[in-house]
Amino acid sequence: MAGSTLHDGLTPLNAAPTQTSDDAHGYYTLGEKIVDPVAPTGPIAQRWTTRKFENRLVNPANRRKLNIIIVGTGLAGAAAAATLGEGGYNVKSFCYQDSPRRAHSIAAQGGINAAKNYKEDGDSVFRLFYDTVKGGDYRSRESNVYRLAEVSTNIIDQCVAQGVPFARDYGGLLDNRSFGGVQVSRTFYARGQTGQQLLIGAYQAMERQVAAGTVTQYTRHEMLELIVKDGKARGIIARDLVTGEIETHLADAVVLASGGYGNVFYLSTNAMGSNVTAAWRAHRKGAYMANPCFTQIHPTCIPVSGEHQSKLTLMSESLRNDGRIWVPKRAEDCEKDPRDIPEEDRDYYLERIYPSFGNLVPRDIASRQAKNVCDEGRGVGPMVGDFRRGVYLDFSDAIKRLGEPAIREKYDNLFDMYQRITGENPYEVPMRIYPAVHYVMGGLWVDYHLQSNIPGLFVTGEANFSDHGANRLGASALMQGLADGYFVLPNTIREYLADGPFAPVSEDDGAVVEAREAVRSRVERFLSINGTRSPDSFHKELGHIMWEYCGMERTEPGLRKAIDMIRELKREFWNDLKVLGTADSLNQSLEKAGRVADFIELGELMCVDALNRRESCGGHFRGESQTEDGEALRHDDEFAYVAAWEWGGDEGQPVLHKEDLVYTAIEMKQRSYK
Amino acid sequence: MIGTMNLTLKIWRQPHAEAQGGMREYQVSGISEDMSFLEMLDILNEQLQEQGEEPVAFDHDCREGICGSCSLMINGQAHGPEVTTSCQLHMRSFKDGDTITIEPWRSEAFPVVKDLVVNRSAFDRIIQSGGYISANTGSAPEANSVPAPREKAMRAFNVATCIGCGACVAACPNGSASLFLGAKITHLGELPQGQPERYERIVDMVAQHDAEGFGGCTNIGECAAACPKGIPLDVISQLNKDLRTAIKAGR
Amino acid sequence: MATPTLVRGARATQSTITLKIAMAVSGILFILFVLAHMYGNLKVFSGEEAFNSYAEHLRTIGAPIFPRTGVLWILRVGLIASLIVHVACAVTLARRAGRARPVQYQVKRNVNSAFSSRTMRWGGATILMFLIWHLLNFTIVKINPTGGETENPYRLLVDNFGVWWMTIIYLVAMAALALHLHHGTWSSLQTLGLTNSPLARQRAKLAGWVVAVVVAGGFSLVPLSVLVGITK
Repeated sequence: MAGSTLHDGLTPLNAAPTQTSDDAHGYYTLGEKIVDPVAPTGPIAQRWTTRKFENRLVNPANRRKLNIIIVGTGLAGAAAAATLGEGGYNVKSFCYQDSPRRAHSIAAQGGINAAKNYKEDGDSVFRLFYDTVKGGDYRSRESNVYRLAEVSTNIIDQCVAQGVPFARDYGGLLDNRSFGGVQVSRTFYARGQTGQQLLIGAYQAMERQVAAGTVTQYTRHEMLELIVKDGKARGIIARDLVTGEIETHLADAVVLASGGYGNVFYLSTNAMGSNVTAAWRAHRKGAYMANPCFTQIHPTCIPVSGEHQSKLTLMSESLRNDGRIWVPKRAEDCEKDPRDIPEEDRDYYLERIYPSFGNLVPRDIASRQAKNVCDEGRGVGPMVGDFRRGVYLDFSDAIKRLGEPAIREKYDNLFDMYQRITGENPYEVPMRIYPAVHYVMGGLWVDYHLQSNIPGLFVTGEANFSDHGANRLGASALMQGLADGYFVLPNTIREYLADGPFAPVSEDDGAVVEAREAVRSRVERFLSINGTRSPDSFHKELGHIMWEYCGMERTEPGLRKAIDMIRELKREFWNDLKVLGTADSLNQSLEKAGRVADFIELGELMCVDALNRRESCGGHFRGESQTEDGEALRHDDEFAYVAAWEWGGDEGQPVLHKEDLVYTAIEMKQRSYK
Repeated sequence: MIGTMNLTLKIWRQPHAEAQGGMREYQVSGISEDMSFLEMLDILNEQLQEQGEEPVAFDHDCREGICGSCSLMINGQAHGPEVTTSCQLHMRSFKDGDTITIEPWRSEAFPVVKDLVVNRSAFDRIIQSGGYISANTGSAPEANSVPAPREKAMRAFNVATCIGCGACVAACPNGSASLFLGAKITHLGELPQGQPERYERIVDMVAQHDAEGFGGCTNIGECAAACPKGIPLDVISQLNKDLRTAIKAGR
Repeated sequence: MATPTLVRGARATQSTITLKIAMAVSGILFILFVLAHMYGNLKVFSGEEAFNSYAEHLRTIGAPIFPRTGVLWILRVGLIASLIVHVACAVTLARRAGRARPVQYQVKRNVNSAFSSRTMRWGGATILMFLIWHLLNFTIVKINPTGGETENPYRLLVDNFGVWWMTIIYLVAMAALALHLHHGTWSSLQTLGLTNSPLARQRAKLAGWVVAVVVAGGFSLVPLSVLVGITK
């Protein structure tokens, strides 16, 4: 870290990549290279300040004439709705849940990073920037990441002013902890419920604007189509999930803050309703999908207990600070009570393979090794399919060393949660953990202004691809959501809106009618296939394919096989789906069918993207690209680019546009945890 | 290793808000004790789908006990026999042969939308009426410029964990939302940032609570017992105290 | 029907909590009254003369500044006003609670609430009926079921409680009063916002037990002592 010097931010430090491998040949067409048209220049620390000044202002009297649609009410959506409402714009906010407060940002446990340097431990905006780019394995845009680090401090101020009850020390000042192996304490937290507290803060700020009349909220509404008129995003078609009515909502700009698509794996830590539909509909209308294969898999989740499993639950990875991870050395010991397995028959595999980092290796390594030992047949816990999918996380040494009260004080709520779900007492029996899909770094492509390649369509939070590269640091998801919503989008969208209000679009306009009819006919189609299988059964099958072949380790043959399987699944879906009920009432199967249809298409694109990227970086591990020791091997010479995919039509192939990643402030380095 | 259960389910079915509803009886079998309650309902729904009967609608989303979507009255108890949400209730709390009655929250302010799904937008309106601190984006002072005494900050956090599920209303014989209201009043009232609007907030929020049709509190404590987040009854005392102070101040 | 709009121009005094505060304050006045009344009744154990002179003294408190029964009437008017407030608020809140749940549960289990807390409304109505009888019995009409004298308070009391069914009426009423006080004492303190911590809550609940046992127990001593023949 000391080796990184502050560069002038003007001269590129890396050469443009030239891809020589072409694993995905036959699955895609190569399009023209793209660049971020609004990328800032100049010294990195000045870029955002300069840009805020350069972006035009919107006359306050004009703002209420400008309509903005925001889809999603998580941190990014609610924060943007509140801020734009405060600014006097006319905002319409949509969510599929019954209240904006239920968006899945609420489930984030750990904390939120900010470069406040309250501990005087050497943190700074530059260090947070550096750690984020490095953590993302140099696959993110440095200008965006620097801006994220820069506004991180404002987020904490804003949240405290709103009444977010962060943890405090005895003097009443804010407390920090270090998180995810980072050497500085820059994580602000509210016990294990930081996401909840931040979301409630943003929700309350938004509800205040609802009362003020600047924000109108549409709950139990799902966006099913984007309206594009004269090349600009001008509104959405949404379905009222209670009455089934297909509604047209027109606007001057559309913001998608619809979250990530981890549910493509069926089992994930995402909420049951989390979906890709809003983003995927925009993608089909021309918005590029960037780096879709970048998925984060979290190592410390509660394992699957059987085929009925609907959802995975995350436990804070702070557990790895005191717990030791192991599996039996011999497969035949796997059914035994773990307490009866003597020390010499246990394989503490992380400590064995990574003696210096041990159990604290980064998330992707811990996850991959857990899968490896289970695939070898040394997993523990119940048989799920052909394998036992679990490894032990054992606290008995820590309890011996520190005493049970000390462990209880640190992890009480996590242990309780574990016991409630599994029925086992982790103070007595080692916990079982297994990796689970947790977050996606990929998403819709956006420029520095968070605008997609469709003018007027902005994308914020997890739904965009911008800030985390190939891997996200712990406690940075909350930071990005709020940064985008409170501070970035409100300052960039005005540059676009300064040209508005745009010519009114009629509900009878051809583009609007076409979008509305597309939604109507799609809904009717789901109800009329009248096959035999439920939407859920297709979703489960897709999840199995994705987890097996596009999960923690991806290989060329595996991905090719997966693409074939997904295509077959898609055919079967459209021929054998069965959705009961009607279109004009609350119909959860119908909602699910639409989401699964989009997940299937996304799944295929993810596999194509993973196939093309013949390198291992961040959360993406390609079996063909590893060192002799089995470590991830990155290929900056070939892949230091953003893969932005254009929809190629239902019968066509996706088109790959590459955006080269240029670093002027920091040098790219290969990571090592040995 | 793990025994499975056969259960009889009595479930409220109602096609839409205006329709007449009624209890229906279903049998499910092969339920493992490791399933969550909602996974048990998933199995029922797959079974109904196969039989050509429309699946039972119920609200659920995060399935990890934090979003507050799930809202089932299970055997006469909000979220069932354990102190947790319906999604975190596991089938090991039941035994083979049990009959389980599942109903929606019953409250004038929470009209049934379909089957077990109710409309809780009254809670959103209570928040709109004052459940916030007015701090426009960008106007905030440096976070550490105002220390908050740790004890008060901890109390604020403890009650800010409310997930807005409505179990308090469902469990209350009076259909009161005082625990929800008190949790928000206490959360914001314990923080220095919440002081300027403190008494305006309580008057407006209580008025909205009343206008939504929730009942008054008789301090019996069923709400706190049903609360999956363990919000204590003293938030209602705080609510009453703050309203009393507001009366004194002539609001 | 729930209103989908936001209330504007709200006033603290128009809230349900204000009704509850009115109930709490009037309830506390009753608690003070029954404590004093019970203490007075115990004068029975000092004998006929002491008891009757105490009864007479109640009518001459404040004399000669106030006319005979002047202070007593001030107290009576205060109690009647409290009663009207207490009952009116209770009826308003009870009707409101009824409207708040138009469809009942098929199965409903109450798990944490005391029996006393769930019987406040019926208990209150029982006490009100009893109160009417009690006033007819001892104050307004003065009924002596044995046909004995009615202008001697001590004799009236002892004659009344000499009748077994009369004693049962009074003991049942005291049980109802005990339940009402058990929850009412704690509830009034909570409604006044005096129980903001777990410890304060515990103490308020303890206060409920103490008031209930002392008042109902104290009152019951008199009929019981007549019943077993200690007081004649």
